[in-house]
Amino acid sequence: MRYLVCIKQTPDTAELPKISAEEAASGKLSVNLVVNPWDELAIEAGLKLMEDYGGTTGVITVGDNGAIDALRSALAMGCKDATLIENSDADAWGVAELLAAAIKQDGDVDVVVMGQMTVDGNSGAVPVALGRKLGWPVLTSVSKVIAADEASITVERAVGQARITVQVPTPAIISVNKEIGDPRYPTFINIRKAARVNVPVLSAADLGVDVPGPVATMANFRKPPARDAQVTLFDGSAQEAAAALVDALLAEKVL
Amino acid sequence: MNMKYLVYIETDNGQVVASSWEALGAALSLSDDVEALVIGSEIGDIAQCAAKRGAKKVYVVDDASRAIFDLEQQLADVKNALDSSGAGAFLASHTLNGSNLAVALATDNGAGVIVDALALSADGDSLTGVRGIYSGNVLVDVSIAGSPQIATLRPRAFAAAEDVGGDGEIVGMAAADVASPYQVLSIERAESGEVSLTEANIIVSGGRGVAKDPEQGFAYIRELAGALGAAVGASRAAVDAGFIPYEHQVGQTGKVVRPDLYIAAGISGAVQHLAGMSASKIIVAVNKDEEAPIFSVANYGIVGDLFDVIPAITAAVKEKLS
Repeated sequence: MRYLVCIKQTPDTAELPKISAEEAASGKLSVNLVVNPWDELAIEAGLKLMEDYGGTTGVITVGDNGAIDALRSALAMGCKDATLIENSDADAWGVAELLAAAIKQDGDVDVVVMGQMTVDGNSGAVPVALGRKLGWPVLTSVSKVIAADEASITVERAVGQARITVQVPTPAIISVNKEIGDPRYPTFINIRKAARVNVPVLSAADLGVDVPGPVATMANFRKPPARDAQVTLFDGSAQEAAAALVDALLAEKVL
Repeated sequence: MNMKYLVYIETDNGQVVASSWEALGAALSLSDDVEALVIGSEIGDIAQCAAKRGAKKVYVVDDASRAIFDLEQQLADVKNALDSSGAGAFLASHTLNGSNLAVALATDNGAGVIVDALALSADGDSLTGVRGIYSGNVLVDVSIAGSPQIATLRPRAFAAAEDVGGDGEIVGMAAADVASPYQVLSIERAESGEVSLTEANIIVSGGRGVAKDPEQGFAYIRELAGALGAAVGASRAAVDAGFIPYEHQVGQTGKVVRPDLYIAAGISGAVQHLAGMSASKIIVAVNKDEEAPIFSVANYGIVGDLFDVIPAITAAVKEKLS
């Protein structure tokens, strides 16, 4: 069995509020970049698949040369191989196109594992877009893998307020949520191994992909209006403060 | 130019997903040529409801095979309905199923999609949506042209279509005959009566402040939520500590919510939490630490121990609302 985790290097979530409209428009960010937190969960899921059902777990990303750091982090967590598709222009559809080509070229992938979304683009579109391009089933919001073998994978999905156990034939794509389990820490031995792994760098041309131009135009990047909240504090005993609060909320017509 | 819109009305187990009416409302605010598509099982009343709320024509796929959402089946039904309708735009609420469906449709058509729009406007041949990126820390206008123009709408960001006594035509459609790779083995639903976070008018959330007695802390929070008809939320710290299941988590790696009223009890207000709730209309903070960042986004606050303050609020609500 071969599992391939698709990850993205994204800003450290603590630094997201610092990103200016100009930086967002140019894509040139001055913040610290790390593995997208949802993708750390995907790496964990990919490693658990390897441990529970055998096989190897690789990792792949689309990004600029600096994204190799994200791949090294995944290797340090235990992924066995890593590939960089060097491209910083593709939108979600272009990324799906590039990943689809790389997965076809790999030829052995049984399960693609992804995070639910990225903390920068926030679209959550790539897993489904990739599934359509490959013609593979896509299971989003996976909370638990129940079984996997050469022929099929069975998972639990969290959909709205329901839990759905569903089976699909492989090859397939899953995107995982946080219930899959806390991402493990890199081990000393894996960090040393990671430093020695040769990471192939592929271009769109290597994959025979003519990266499609963006399907949407983006304009007017801006910071959201600040909350004009000036906090009103209620003092006194808990009972007095609570009564004053409830009066204020009734006046706001939110109760 | 008046574009024709087709609006996806999502159902689950014969019940409408309420935020679908917001998608219908958004379409009606952009065009007077709006049709709806209802897919599910035993959903005749939902189709009638869509007509009453202003859809000129309502396509209905009412089939036992459609009781549970299946991407392959519903995508085929949507394509059939778009063919019949000739609509140039397709809107759905940004639920998990709605977004999966919209993205699949866009990919198959090589079309664009505006996902999780906070606002929409139509101008000539293009559709423009406002989106949050970098977890809501930057806003951007995203425009798409061509056909169909597809968008999913953030729940609670658009006014729902109201019953206007419409008498739109109901058009039955056969369920598309497609093989699906998805085999549902079992399904477990939340106890009825539980309010969903993304659809809730009011949310009461607990954080690390419950730590000295998590069970009692969340019991107080649930009691207040019960009195207000609210959903129960939580910070990542509370979820990671095992005080409450993940499905209640609000924030960066949880749910993004925008209720009318958000009560944060014992939540310090890390940026990752604020990313999930700062679009709430009114925010109330209850925290022992008056320096907690949550007070900087709150409209109202009480500096105090949630174990004293939350039961006091519950008592005040019961007294003043009865």
